[in-house]
Amino acid sequence: MTSPILQVEDLKKYYPIRGGVIARKVADVKAVNGVSFDLYPGETLGLVGESGCGKSTLGRTLMRLEEPTGGRVLFEGKDLAHAKGKELFDLRAEIQMIFQDPYSSLNPRLPVRDIVIEPLEVHKMGTASERLDKVVALCRRVGLKEEVIGRYPHEFSGGQRQRVGIARALALEPKVIVADEPVSALDVSVQAQVINLMVELQKELGLTYIFISHDLSVVEYISDSIAIMYLGRIVETGKKETIFSNPTHPYTRALISSVPNPDPRKRRVQVAIEGETPSPVNPPSGCAFHPRCPFAVEACKKDVPALESFTQTDDPRHNVACIRKDEIEPHFKN
Amino acid sequence: MSGVSEAQGLRAWAGAVLRDGKARAGAVILLFFVLLATVGPLLVTDPDALVSVPLQPPSAEHWLGTTGQGQDVLAQLVVGTRVSLLIGFGVGISVVLIGALIGITAGYFGGRVDGFLSLLFNVFLVIPGLPLAIVIAAYLPSGPWTLALVLIVTGWAWNARVVRAQTLALREQDFVAAATVVGESHFRIITRELLPTMTSLLLAQIIGSTVYAIGAQVGLEYLGLGDVSAFTWGTNLYWAENDSALLTGAWWTFVPTGIAVALVGFALTMLNSGFDELSNPRLGMERVWRQHLLSKGEEPTRATPVVRS
Repeated sequence: MTSPILQVEDLKKYYPIRGGVIARKVADVKAVNGVSFDLYPGETLGLVGESGCGKSTLGRTLMRLEEPTGGRVLFEGKDLAHAKGKELFDLRAEIQMIFQDPYSSLNPRLPVRDIVIEPLEVHKMGTASERLDKVVALCRRVGLKEEVIGRYPHEFSGGQRQRVGIARALALEPKVIVADEPVSALDVSVQAQVINLMVELQKELGLTYIFISHDLSVVEYISDSIAIMYLGRIVETGKKETIFSNPTHPYTRALISSVPNPDPRKRRVQVAIEGETPSPVNPPSGCAFHPRCPFAVEACKKDVPALESFTQTDDPRHNVACIRKDEIEPHFKN
Repeated sequence: MSGVSEAQGLRAWAGAVLRDGKARAGAVILLFFVLLATVGPLLVTDPDALVSVPLQPPSAEHWLGTTGQGQDVLAQLVVGTRVSLLIGFGVGISVVLIGALIGITAGYFGGRVDGFLSLLFNVFLVIPGLPLAIVIAAYLPSGPWTLALVLIVTGWAWNARVVRAQTLALREQDFVAAATVVGESHFRIITRELLPTMTSLLLAQIIGSTVYAIGAQVGLEYLGLGDVSAFTWGTNLYWAENDSALLTGAWWTFVPTGIAVALVGFALTMLNSGFDELSNPRLGMERVWRQHLLSKGEEPTRATPVVRS
């Protein structure tokens, strides 16, 4: 079995809330509260969750756009979470990011050429003419015509801008790309084009993706494995097929039920969850999902359930954080 | 490909000014005064010389008449233009450079750096500028450069505050995050990503500050706080007042200078509208698109023009 390219261990990101006259820390927003997962080369990990569950913060913390409060991020053995100076600079070339909003992610005052050439200049790659050749090649590769490189972002549509963003992310030839809701700001037809482009690039360049999204149908299309996040923690991980055919955590079940299933013979236990996501400042005791969970018992309020291997499916990577995972009946019945 | 997006450097600046009627008018007026300041003093007589009978109205010999001392008003106006414009632009540019540097540092780095710098420029903001300028100018040896220093010290804080606010808004944009992810240094992010995005703001500030500096300088000198033996627009007015120009009805000793001050301020403001389009390429595109639609007999809308590939 191949070893993971990226190992995330107990990653935490807390934002302090200060109050009172001397701005004392009164509480923390636990946006990412101890997340661990492994990312395997050439795969796409879909990271799914509701708005506010911390999935974007997780992505930004991985990229060191936010300083992690705790934990480690190992990229080929090097700790990205604590790297500094030259080491961090070199690691940045290995992990790049595609942003959600194609309107704010491109500097409005720079033409496409300058936007895409920037990473090459910062990392001093090649001569000036080699860089320019590379920019042209990148633009062609993402489906933009060569002559657009002198144009400014405002002259492009959302999908074209996102292609520019992808070209920039590819410029340093990274191994891992964190895509934070890369298509959620686009029209559905354009979403498909951009996702297909990402899939093609993955095959061609052997990229590894972390694909952050709240849209399960998009995630189902692009992902190899899936991690479900709820209130700063991962509650279930597994291969895509496992998650969709055998969702085990009650929260995952609720998410999967919300996706229309085209197969009328598949019957399932309807899990309608009520209420809002609780505040990450003061999460419920024990399992954070228990106030909304139809299967909750008294014990769920006590301890935070660990993400443990679920043996009833044959997926070795299937992990569920629920103390009742072995008791509650399967989601889909044949 | 449209010329708007491709033009670079000086040609782009000239183009933006030439396209816009208001900016063109502003540029012409300003150019006139700049010419006046550079070559004018070579063409007129010595402004200090007592050339005629005092307080003569405009005549063929002395186009703008003579002062209460019998000096040539035109010569004084022209010679005064040089110092007044130099101080105006010098102060305007310095104030914005200092303000931008401090404001962008405060906004970008945040935290304690921001706390300290914000405190600093807030202190300077609550000090009433003109009274402080009067006090400092009264203590320091008088002269145009003292005035410039006084205006810089009392004028930079407002610019710092505006630039800080703009930086706070911009640094949250994803293109700054993208630059960080790529590995750009703080210095490069500030100079390459943030500053160019603020060009129109900084230019507007330079123009505003220059207008303010010319006005304040003329005001302080009119009050006698400058070097009264130098020739500037302000001292011209000071001497006109001293020689009781209003009482004697010698309008020619102060009206030309007043008009010159007003015209320069007007020209700078007009110029600003052309610069705005240059640093915001979208405004330029919209204009090109509107003209194209109008030429086809279509009704222009506010829709964003998009490249079809």
